[in-house]
Amino acid sequence: MTDPAPSLAEELRRLEEIVRRLEREDGDLDQALALFEEGVARLRLARERLGAAELRVKKVLEDAEGTLRATDFDADK
Amino acid sequence: MDLFTPNPDAPWTPVQLARAARRVVEQAIGPIWVRGELTGLKAYASGHWYFTVSDRLAQVRCVMWRKWTQRIKTPPPDGTQVYLLGTPTVWEERGEFRLNVTQLLVTDRIGQQQLALERIREALARDGLFDPGRKRPLPPHPSAIAVVTSLEGAALRDIITVARKRWPAVELLLFGARVQGSEAEGDLLRALARVNRMPGIDLCILARGGGAREDLAVFNNEAVCRALAAVEVPTISAVGHETDLLLTDLIADVRAATPSAAVELALPDQVEFARQIAACGIRLGTALGRSTRLGRERLARSADRLQASLDQRLERRRRDLERLAAQLDALSPLRVLDRGYSMARAEDGRVLKQRASFTPGLEFTLRVVDGEVPARVREAS
Repeated sequence: MTDPAPSLAEELRRLEEIVRRLEREDGDLDQALALFEEGVARLRLARERLGAAELRVKKVLEDAEGTLRATDFDADK
Repeated sequence: MDLFTPNPDAPWTPVQLARAARRVVEQAIGPIWVRGELTGLKAYASGHWYFTVSDRLAQVRCVMWRKWTQRIKTPPPDGTQVYLLGTPTVWEERGEFRLNVTQLLVTDRIGQQQLALERIREALARDGLFDPGRKRPLPPHPSAIAVVTSLEGAALRDIITVARKRWPAVELLLFGARVQGSEAEGDLLRALARVNRMPGIDLCILARGGGAREDLAVFNNEAVCRALAAVEVPTISAVGHETDLLLTDLIADVRAATPSAAVELALPDQVEFARQIAACGIRLGTALGRSTRLGRERLARSADRLQASLDQRLERRRRDLERLAAQLDALSPLRVLDRGYSMARAEDGRVLKQRASFTPGLEFTLRVVDGEVPARVREAS
């Protein structure tokens, strides 16, 4: 929810779509190359993002005005 | 110690005997449930209780230590029918057989609890809250998960550990609540209501670690069940151990045997994800290879067609030329000479067509079919 970039799941979905399109593509080299390059870029990105992901744990509290606030929760304490 | 061969030369001491008896009894029977009538209960200031459980044919002395009596507010009166969970043992100091009780349930209260549970179950069923059609599928890749549980419990630690290992690209939002005791109901109701007010949540896990049956009671509470049913995102109930089935388990979209299992159900596995990504990479390469091969083939086909069309055009030109050449040839004046005519030309190349042009003595050339003949007009005679 605090993640502005598309989720990893979304990345995987797009990646699969690119692969399918490339597999359907019959001989338009320019387009095939463009799809391939986009696919490789997304693949690398997804791999990097998963590798770099760190679990975020937050505690949700309600203040006196009834507003919900999420604050970092020290999971290792 | 040999229990079966009496030997007068090596008599046992009472403590050896009592200890041996204790070991035999504890190992042979182990923890069991006993049902009977409770009598002669003495509750000491230390908090320990001593009593007897009996039926018409036998009686067993029981002790219940303070640690266990604390949960029960008042000692049941004589004659109460009870269920006791305990380990049979021998009290060495007195050489007395007795039951070491850890849990005491009053039989008719069990009946009442069961009855109350059935009433709640019926009410929830009447409102359709157990309908299979209500069950929502879990989102395949949640990015934010609400966790309703105790912030101090082992359940939360398990959830965090498993989430970190399985799919760290997720955010856990903790909605703390006491999960046993008199405050648990209110805490859980507030927490579940807050889940609905928090934007961006994909999934809600209601969790609690294992515990005694009565400690899990709040998860059979009607209001808590209805609050769980009102959660707007898909829910997982993960309360107690595999063998505990609570009403919240029936209300939630998915029941998990344990809190760890709930996370495994909720989150994809990063190992599997990496495998899928790798498979995509391989397919990309294969598809590009195929695309370039197709492109090359198409290019080759185009070149062939171009060549063929050029050849065709050249051939047409060649035939046109031949035809023109034949036509030209037919028109050529030289063709006339074929038939025996000849042509006279002056030295300057003029064609001599009339008699008057042939002045006496004039030298000229006679063109015949296969060459030229020099000639001269004879002198006038």
